[in-house]
Amino acid sequence: MTDPSPRAAQQTGPVVRVSGVDKTFRRGDRAVTKALEAIDLDIARGEFVSLIGPSGCGKSTLLRIVGDLTSPSTGTVTVNGKTAEQARRDRDYGMVFQAPVLFDWRTVEDNVKLPLEILGWDAARRASRAREMLDLVELGEFVKHHPFQLSGGMQQRVAIARALAFEPSILLMDEPFGALDEMTRERMNGEVLRIWERTGTTILFVTHSIPEAVFLSSRVVVMSARPGRITTIVDIDLPRPRTDETRESRRYFELVTAVREALRAGGAELDDRGTVGPGSDASIERTIAEGAVG
Amino acid sequence: MATATATRGGLTATSPAAVGRRGRGLLVGLAVALVMVLVWEGVKFLGGTPWRAPLAQPGSPILWNPPFRWAFANDLNLPHVWNILLTFGEPFQRGADRSVAQFLFDAAVYTWREAAIGFVIGALIGLVLATLFVHSRLLERALVPYVVASQTVPIIALAPLIVFAFGANVMSVVVIATYLTFFPVTIAMIRGLRSFDPRALELMRSYAATRTTIYRRLRLPASLPYLFTALKIAATASVVGAIIGEGPGGIANGLGRVIITYNQYYITGPEKLWAAIIASGLLGIAFYGLVVAIERLALRGRRPAEA
Repeated sequence: MTDPSPRAAQQTGPVVRVSGVDKTFRRGDRAVTKALEAIDLDIARGEFVSLIGPSGCGKSTLLRIVGDLTSPSTGTVTVNGKTAEQARRDRDYGMVFQAPVLFDWRTVEDNVKLPLEILGWDAARRASRAREMLDLVELGEFVKHHPFQLSGGMQQRVAIARALAFEPSILLMDEPFGALDEMTRERMNGEVLRIWERTGTTILFVTHSIPEAVFLSSRVVVMSARPGRITTIVDIDLPRPRTDETRESRRYFELVTAVREALRAGGAELDDRGTVGPGSDASIERTIAEGAVG
Repeated sequence: MATATATRGGLTATSPAAVGRRGRGLLVGLAVALVMVLVWEGVKFLGGTPWRAPLAQPGSPILWNPPFRWAFANDLNLPHVWNILLTFGEPFQRGADRSVAQFLFDAAVYTWREAAIGFVIGALIGLVLATLFVHSRLLERALVPYVVASQTVPIIALAPLIVFAFGANVMSVVVIATYLTFFPVTIAMIRGLRSFDPRALELMRSYAATRTTIYRRLRLPASLPYLFTALKIAATASVVGAIIGEGPGGIANGLGRVIITYNQYYITGPEKLWAAIIASGLLGIAFYGLVVAIERLALRGRRPAEA
């Protein structure tokens, strides 16, 4: 590789290509749950794509299939022209979960350094990158703090800094702000957009909040439950940069309505906040049941 | 983002509140000791041998004549607390120039060394076994029953066999201490090495981390609270094991031999055996305290345990 920047060296074409993916969970020989059916999705470089749908629609499962944390029953996933497994081995993914999943015993700074240690970076490079990332998420003063000393929103920003530290070509975010209050969530949405615009990374984002999906995304993928299918893809043509004024524009409300109607058409029940029922960690339990955990 | 939310709770355990809590704990501990002494002497006041001056010979004037005569409370079975304390200053045997206190201190240090060596070896064995077990369900199912069974055999029955195998020397005593240590560490670490957040495993997977990396950076650090709980149990168990092992092991310098000897001369000086029992207890507490101190160092910065 002659180009020192891995991001520039990658070929053009979609970053993620999901084609014909089904996912069926089995418990023993019987009791079959069809979580995903006939999923086709292309994500272009630099896109911000949200997956939204009622709980149990398999949106988290789809994200986890893209990230090679579980495998599809049929169909293929290609990431940067490689299999999902190869992409994971090449560290193409940055993961952010609903919980920050920070290591208690490490300082904020050392949490951000974790992937860099695993990638074998030398100490000086690790230190400067960790500083850079924590400045990016505006936590430069808290490098020596331990995670429990930070608020939930700050912890999640550490998780984002950690995910971005090794410059993955795609960021997978699984309801990252689902556990935060409304005010913090809106502020975090602004932060994520700012970071996305500065780094030019590709983001696949799972959420159950319609306003969040519309505010953030270039495209919103609407899914239906049992079996999980893509019913509609809504293009979000709101101008960028998006600000608080975006949330008050007529076009924003039209798009929120469009997504809501697409969800209703798929059979989802909505509450008055525009939330599609809570997500769950059921997929993780399934991973354990599948024997991925020793 | 509000910075005011950033400093919830103190980082170290030396905040004024923590010092106050520890000070109060010490006070309550002393109060309990005082109550125990009062009960002890109260029983003797009601039904013990007639009271004489501390360390007085039989035949010296009687200071108090208890209304009852209970066999369990006489001076042979339940010596006066002050006589037990005063005996620490006496020569450890007739004509000796070292006091009981010095003698017991040297014996305790000797026994502690045996226990500590066994403790370290046992902890390592426990760690290795638990590491094997959490990586192989097959090994876990096949071998854990034997690990459990090993502890159902009384150490009294096992000690002579170990001495027979390893010879009547320090080695046997160390083996017995090891034997009592590896068990709690194994059992606790089977749990501890699986106590990490499952989502953290997915995170490590997304970094394509190897098993070794996951072990070093996730499983092991996450297990430390479990490890230290086991080590606290093992610290006291290894001391007991070493003391028991010194008898059949024929070790002349440790607390085990002292206890046997003072047992044999109980009729002429019951206070000395009680002094040796106190020394054994203090040794166990000191070893426990050492583990707690290391735990504090190793776990500093973590979320404080909920009260």
